[in-house]
Amino acid sequence: MSLSLDDVRRIADLAHIDISEEQAVRMQGEMNDIFKMIERIQAVNTDGIEPMMHPHDAAQRLREDKVVFGDNREENMKNAPEEYEGLFLVPQVIE
Amino acid sequence: MEKRFYTVAELSRALAAKKVSAVELAKEYLARIEAKNSELNCFLDVRPEETLKQAEAADKLIAEGRAGRLTGVPIAHKDIFVTREWASTAASRMLEGYMSPFDAAVVAKLKSAGMVTLGKLNCDEFAMGSANENSAYGKVLNPWDANAVPGGSSGGSSSCVAAGLAPIATATDTGGSIREPASFTGVTGVKPTYGRPSRLGMIAFASSLDTAGLMAHTVEDIAWVLGDMVGFEPWDSTSENLPAEDFTRDLEKGVKGMRIGVPRKWFQKGLDPEVAASIESVIEEYRRQGAQIVEIELPTVELGVPVYYVVACAEASSNLSRFDGVRYGHRAAEYDDIQDMIKKSRNEGFGAEPKRRILIGTYVLSHGYYDAYYLKAQKVRRLITEEFDCAFQGVDAIISPVTTGTAYDFGAKSDPVSAYLGDLYTVPMSLAGLPCMSMPCGIHSNGRPIGVQLTCARFEEAKMLGIAAAWQRATDWHLRHPNGY
Repeated sequence: MSLSLDDVRRIADLAHIDISEEQAVRMQGEMNDIFKMIERIQAVNTDGIEPMMHPHDAAQRLREDKVVFGDNREENMKNAPEEYEGLFLVPQVIE
Repeated sequence: MEKRFYTVAELSRALAAKKVSAVELAKEYLARIEAKNSELNCFLDVRPEETLKQAEAADKLIAEGRAGRLTGVPIAHKDIFVTREWASTAASRMLEGYMSPFDAAVVAKLKSAGMVTLGKLNCDEFAMGSANENSAYGKVLNPWDANAVPGGSSGGSSSCVAAGLAPIATATDTGGSIREPASFTGVTGVKPTYGRPSRLGMIAFASSLDTAGLMAHTVEDIAWVLGDMVGFEPWDSTSENLPAEDFTRDLEKGVKGMRIGVPRKWFQKGLDPEVAASIESVIEEYRRQGAQIVEIELPTVELGVPVYYVVACAEASSNLSRFDGVRYGHRAAEYDDIQDMIKKSRNEGFGAEPKRRILIGTYVLSHGYYDAYYLKAQKVRRLITEEFDCAFQGVDAIISPVTTGTAYDFGAKSDPVSAYLGDLYTVPMSLAGLPCMSMPCGIHSNGRPIGVQLTCARFEEAKMLGIAAAWQRATDWHLRHPNGY
């Protein structure tokens, strides 16, 4: 397997990262080296083996579906890059 | 104060005997930080007025006779744990100046035990790295040798304890980020079982691996503090609900009659001969103390690194998708529309290593590659875990190296693959969620410390700490300090 420059651009696009041409070229080389190292796992026979999503095979614990945290709006808005009357401000999305 | 290095146990006794006050202790450590941090760069945020406020509260509890054994003892926190009073950045530009509305569970628990926070510690950006060279706020120096890396990602934690800027520090370990830096700086570092300390408020890197732990000089200190740091947290869906434990209970027990496994076939290749000799000296000491040494085989663990970098990057790409420049974190100054705003903010806010891992993770989770990489890696992860489980049917603990050599020079592992391969001895335990630790076991002829790794079956921290204590009672490597400190 080898990733082309277009593959790297497509992956960066999926990841929502606006990488430069120079970054893409460097990333292509690095990612191909990394995947060469990762390829070794393909040789392992894993027939009939269940993937392990949790290190103790525990199931996700769910809590009762009820509101417990109170309104903490003021504190939660403190780190917003742009804010307007307690709302997160984003560039216009609807014309 | 009379000496540079105090254990938590010594400080606790001095506070209880009123030989020193919490405020005096806090001032002493703050002065040390003031004197040394410009050189070592361990701390990213120090706020003496907040520290002293906590110390005054601790002194009040002591005066009222309501103090616990940790009340007034100073601690520093890795900047992966969010804190209300100190900025929480994960050493990333993305979170520059971020003030959390709450304390991480680990921080809150240690605070309610009366410990006094000295500040926030530098680390690799989002805990991604093995040398602390990936911090957006500059590298951390190793007090043993200014050319040597302090290890990563918890390099601020390891360096500050090794330099006596804090008697104990929190750290996090996703694939070795406590054990490797502890080994590189001659301190003791413990990663408990996955899920035992809560991940609530730990800025997420890889959620099925991230584990909070501690670094200090002695295993006794860690055993003391660990009990107050772990515990069930209802707002963390992977927090283990286990009864409270006294982690000091096996410290005096010794290793007589225990079976200690040594997977020599796995680690002999490529190991620095002096590191190998130090590991053998630990094995020999355990044999002398009456343990039975058992050769074991772990043939699949050598695939730990490729499996880890698939799983950890996949989880990182998912976790770091929350940084969109909308609710918190960096927002680009100029952009065309919302998509462009998000993409530019992420490119500007993340450093090279998080970007690399996000792209690898995005790829292994993408349509057409998910089965071949992500699912495949999770299947091999099970084989590795089963191998450990099988080994622990026959042994109480496993001894192995932490790294192939001592701390390397800055810049020595600048290509990602050689950096990743350096994690070969630490990632398998992380994939299996096992408790493991590094403790000092020698000093190399290059002047840099050597560590050895102990691993036990899940939830057997007390046993592991007891085995480590048997080594530390017989030797003084953990009490050696860098020149000039």
